[in-house]
Amino acid sequence: MFKRQYLPILVTVGLFVLVFLAGSFRYTGFFSLQVLTNLLIDNAFLLIVAVGMTFVIVSGGIDLSVGSMVALTTMLSATLVEQQGWPPSVVIPLVLAFGCLYGFGMGAIIHYFNIQPFIVTLAGMFLARGLCYIISINTITINDSFYKDMAMTKIQLPGGSFVSISVIIALAVVLLALYLAHYTRFGRNTYAIGGSEQSALLMGLPVARTKMLVYAFSGFCSALGGVVFTFYMLSGYGLHAVGLELDAIAAVVIGGTLLTGGVGYVAGTFFGVLILGVIQTIINFEGTLSSWWTKIVIGVLLFLFIILQRVINVRASKMKVI
Amino acid sequence: MWNRISKHHLFWPLMVLAALLLFNLIYKPAFFSIRIQGGHLYGSLIDILNYGAPLILVAIGMTLVIATGGIDLSVGSIVAISGAVACLLVSKSADQNSLGIVLTAVAVSLGLAIVCGLWNGVLVAGVGMQAIIATLILMVAGRGIAQLVTSGQIITVSSNPYEYIGAGWLALLPFSIFIVAAVWLAAAWLTRRTALGLFIESVGSNATASRLAGIRSRSVIFAVYIFCGLCAGMAGLILSSNVSSADGNNAGLWYELDAILAVVIGGTSLNGGRFYLSGTVVGALIIQTLTTTIYMIGVPPEITLVVKAFVVFAVCLVQSEKFRNVLTSKWRKRRYQAEREVTHHV
Repeated sequence: MFKRQYLPILVTVGLFVLVFLAGSFRYTGFFSLQVLTNLLIDNAFLLIVAVGMTFVIVSGGIDLSVGSMVALTTMLSATLVEQQGWPPSVVIPLVLAFGCLYGFGMGAIIHYFNIQPFIVTLAGMFLARGLCYIISINTITINDSFYKDMAMTKIQLPGGSFVSISVIIALAVVLLALYLAHYTRFGRNTYAIGGSEQSALLMGLPVARTKMLVYAFSGFCSALGGVVFTFYMLSGYGLHAVGLELDAIAAVVIGGTLLTGGVGYVAGTFFGVLILGVIQTIINFEGTLSSWWTKIVIGVLLFLFIILQRVINVRASKMKVI
Repeated sequence: MWNRISKHHLFWPLMVLAALLLFNLIYKPAFFSIRIQGGHLYGSLIDILNYGAPLILVAIGMTLVIATGGIDLSVGSIVAISGAVACLLVSKSADQNSLGIVLTAVAVSLGLAIVCGLWNGVLVAGVGMQAIIATLILMVAGRGIAQLVTSGQIITVSSNPYEYIGAGWLALLPFSIFIVAAVWLAAAWLTRRTALGLFIESVGSNATASRLAGIRSRSVIFAVYIFCGLCAGMAGLILSSNVSSADGNNAGLWYELDAILAVVIGGTSLNGGRFYLSGTVVGALIIQTLTTTIYMIGVPPEITLVVKAFVVFAVCLVQSEKFRNVLTSKWRKRRYQAEREVTHHV
């Protein structure tokens, strides 16, 4: 009935509930639906990016370019809409396609030239960040009515709370990713490659295509995250989302995905993002704590979860031997 | 003869460095002028050595870590921590110019850097984590710790002995160059004149096989992470003393990436097992020269990132065996289809 492989994800969910309850007991006004929905509103872009990252990490790779890709998307959208006067209905599909293509290109280099994903996506990160600065080194504010509508619209929920359109997009991405990961060939192939690329190849799975598609999907997610981030900030700037790749990786690891590939759940990533968000909220509620405690706590959590994964793995492999 | 020269591991890095310097010579001949002023040497070349010193230090430590098949992402955070701690101790003391206090501060922050390295070593060798992840923890948390030490502020110090580390002069040259030279010689001596270098390469090729052959793989891995932490700590001291202040947010930001880049340009493979300290030094000099050149020709410094991206791509492609095979396949004998299929994906 209970499978050992679900233990990390249960720990993640349990930790989220625990932290949220602790916050509720400590601060008045914490235990409300609005705090919960604010978690989603403030972290919608992170959630989208982390979902893409989950696929890459499950396939045994890593994508460091996501943060700069988000920045580049905000920059491209801002300059095309504000300075070139293009309609958003053209700009948004364009930047999404660009993100796909960018990720696909990196995937192709990783696969065909057999270079480590770490280095290729690192170069991709430099390139995207640099392209931002080539467009402009200043902030470009967006005054377009469509973007403002997307930013301002509140969807009322029963109970008096509300969510933004970004949350709907993020949740749609999570559902799509759940479907992709568990009910399609693409998802199966991704897990297989992460488990063992050599075996996947010998089984006749389309390794090349899947690997490139995984990076293309991550590129798409970071571009979509960038679009949502544009709704959130209403500006384009080359220094947007610095260090986002680390947050995304941290969320994925806290969500129970093994960095060696082959094991991981999109649902876990969802709760990983929520844990990062709830820590930030608690530090805001506390008021006296400074923002650097977020980094220290995330570091400690990363450490605990990786140790937990090691323990589970070691015990699992011992059981196999017996 | 030509073949032997072009196959040497320093050939391509040196060619790139020479090309950069040649470009500078043509663009602005004054680039190479070195003048003596007040008993010190001044000039762009000296500047490159001086400002490149912290990067070279970090990259030397990183080379040994990468040689064991690992990677250390936390060096940027260690740079920030060591600078912050040293500046805090000096600024809190009664007499900032006292040599004893500065020496204590230096010792404490180098000690902390060693502890950071030890922590990485414990996670990688003791617990057995992947190096990228193990050091990612300290990379994220370390930056927070540095900001905690400085309380998010920029700590400024006015201490003559402390300034000497990064901005002082010994004989004709900046003092930092001597630190780098000493570390480089020590590392080169330890790895090339003793068996240690061989151990490191052996562990990088196959840690388990090395252990079975009688090498203490764990101790070797511990040692390289501690050494890398120490190098990053020294770099942090030089950086913070050069500007007489410590900034927990921005000191050493992206240093890990530059250091890894320098190591890769220098011809050390990220897979471990082979390393070239001299290549790393040339690689770091290339990065620093590139930055200086970009500043000099008046391109916005932000473009550096784009140039760096293409340098990384180019270097990786040249190092990738598959890419070279694609280029030279026309001159090679035909391979069988099956063989190509197997070698394609390994």
